[in-house]
Amino acid sequence: MRKVSRLSRFNIASLALGLAFLYLPILILVLYSFNASRLVTVWGGWSLRWYHEFFNDRAMIEAAWMSLRVAVASATIATLLGTLAAVALSRGERFRGRTLFSGMLYAPLVMPEVITGLSLLLLFVALNAERGFWTVTIAHTTLTMCFVAVVVQSRLGSLDRSLEEAAMDLGCDPVRAFVAVTLPLIAPAIVAGWMLAFTLSLDDLVIASFTTGPGSATLPIRIYSEVRLGVKPEINAICTLVIALIAVVIVIASLASKLSSSQGESAAPL
Amino acid sequence: MAEELPGAKVAAEPAGGDASPAAGQPLLRIEGVAKTFGTFRAVDGVSLDIKAGEFFALLGPSGCGKTTLLRMLAGFEAPDEGRILLGGKDIAQALPHERPINMMFQNYALFPHLSVRDNIAFGLKRARMPRADIATRVAEMVALVKLEGLEKRKPDQLSGGQRQRVALARALARRPQLLLLDEPLAALDKKLRENTQAELMELQRRLGMTFIIVTHDQEEAMTMADRIGVMKSGKLAQVASPRELYEAPRSRWIAEFVGDINLFDGESKLRDGHRLVIGTPDAGALVVAEPREAVGTGKLAVAIRPEKVKLSRRGPVNEAGRETAINTLDGVIADICYLGGTTTYKVKLDTGGMLQASVANSARLDVDAYSLNQHVVAWFTPDDCVVLQS
Repeated sequence: MRKVSRLSRFNIASLALGLAFLYLPILILVLYSFNASRLVTVWGGWSLRWYHEFFNDRAMIEAAWMSLRVAVASATIATLLGTLAAVALSRGERFRGRTLFSGMLYAPLVMPEVITGLSLLLLFVALNAERGFWTVTIAHTTLTMCFVAVVVQSRLGSLDRSLEEAAMDLGCDPVRAFVAVTLPLIAPAIVAGWMLAFTLSLDDLVIASFTTGPGSATLPIRIYSEVRLGVKPEINAICTLVIALIAVVIVIASLASKLSSSQGESAAPL
Repeated sequence: MAEELPGAKVAAEPAGGDASPAAGQPLLRIEGVAKTFGTFRAVDGVSLDIKAGEFFALLGPSGCGKTTLLRMLAGFEAPDEGRILLGGKDIAQALPHERPINMMFQNYALFPHLSVRDNIAFGLKRARMPRADIATRVAEMVALVKLEGLEKRKPDQLSGGQRQRVALARALARRPQLLLLDEPLAALDKKLRENTQAELMELQRRLGMTFIIVTHDQEEAMTMADRIGVMKSGKLAQVASPRELYEAPRSRWIAEFVGDINLFDGESKLRDGHRLVIGTPDAGALVVAEPREAVGTGKLAVAIRPEKVKLSRRGPVNEAGRETAINTLDGVIADICYLGGTTTYKVKLDTGGMLQASVANSARLDVDAYSLNQHVVAWFTPDDCVVLQS
């Protein structure tokens, strides 16, 4: 039974303060995206004018489309590679240098983005690769793969090994056992990993600005360069749309991981 | 080890078919199987024959290697040494899905994303059985384990007992030549466990299948199995029927592991016909029947089960008793443990030792009960004693 405890005044105050600290800037941004006035700081009544303006801004739309394509492509590749890495680490035979391998896999989690971005830029220059969609996608894949691996590996770790053994006992070779039993059970984690990779890619500015080329700016780069010339209310509208998209993705991802953990309970040993 | 039958290899039949071995030949033969994990020798040279239709129990404390042995039979571990012959064919290195053996897992390992029906049908689908046959077989299995009406449920919507039945039905569905059960009843409460024991035995007899069960519960092994193999640190300590294991344990360790027992260390004093006299510091000189296998003259132990010890106020009660009850020991009741059907008395012997006696409470009124500090005479016959090498 959940115990309903009454919040003290102090707790309510600190909660309100904390939430305000986190969400007040975003709230103001969302509010001003519906502002009719051209001046960012003056309220001029409700309007959808800036959304209209955004949808007619070709450069902005192109940047948004570029960002979406990069996010989908890099999240998909990262999910594939991250899942394979997680499976290898938690299911494969113990091989030499396994700890080193898992450490290296997770290094991008703590690596400053500037360093990742710079090193990738140097690599692409050295390879004489044309910078654009694919270089950003590859860079984002390196960034997000480790997040997918962490999510999937934790799910695999909580999964009872004897489920796979039972599948093999009942006539599956190891590969079919994985496909018939393990994959459906870790699917929610894979979905959550994809969503995470998608949002990380969508809002990355640093790595993208290192690895992109002329004429293929992502949305964050585009916004950043616009803002340097002064904040247009249109930016507020774009940001509101991005916030909405990310919020939807995060809600789906957390629902997926919740589903995944509730299934895990029945899979756990009694 | 029994001699290799000349026809053993020729008689090998493809796994999966009902290769019933020739009469007299065991269904399963384990030959000198060993498995080492790192430096730990989990299974250390086990040889064992199991007949078709037998209910065999592997009994032992945790870490004795019984589960590792079972996993080698299922194919989840490959033995480092030795052979595993099923119907004459060596399967030691075969993968789990290539063996006509199924296993029921300790935690049941039901697939949480599949319904009861799909769990049971899982192995049948892999065997490429026609759809209609699968439906028939699943219905048959559901009826066999009395799960009618629950076919569409997911495992997390079932009780522990129902899950156990699904696991059993799933393992039986492929009609394996050999069913392995890894602590199948450990997760059930006592009453349910007893009922399930009886059902498992009935099922095994009806299907005529060969069961190997792994358990650490000696009562469970005694109740269900035709033969029991006791394992200790990777080795088979004794393979015997439940009765033989209990009444004629081969070592001091087995005697203490299976049931309660009184043990008195001592030395062989003299031989009188078929009797030995063994001098013990704790219980004085004890007269015992000479064991079939010759024992050395060195340090010995006399073992006597508590229920073989009789108590009375003034010694053996009748003429016959006085003749056979050569061992009579005086003492004082030191502890009483009432267990319902029986009462266990701990008697502090005048010679210094402690003796446990288990007395059946055959009357409702406690006319025969003894009280604390009461003087009693404990007695037992030479045939009730087991002599063990110390």
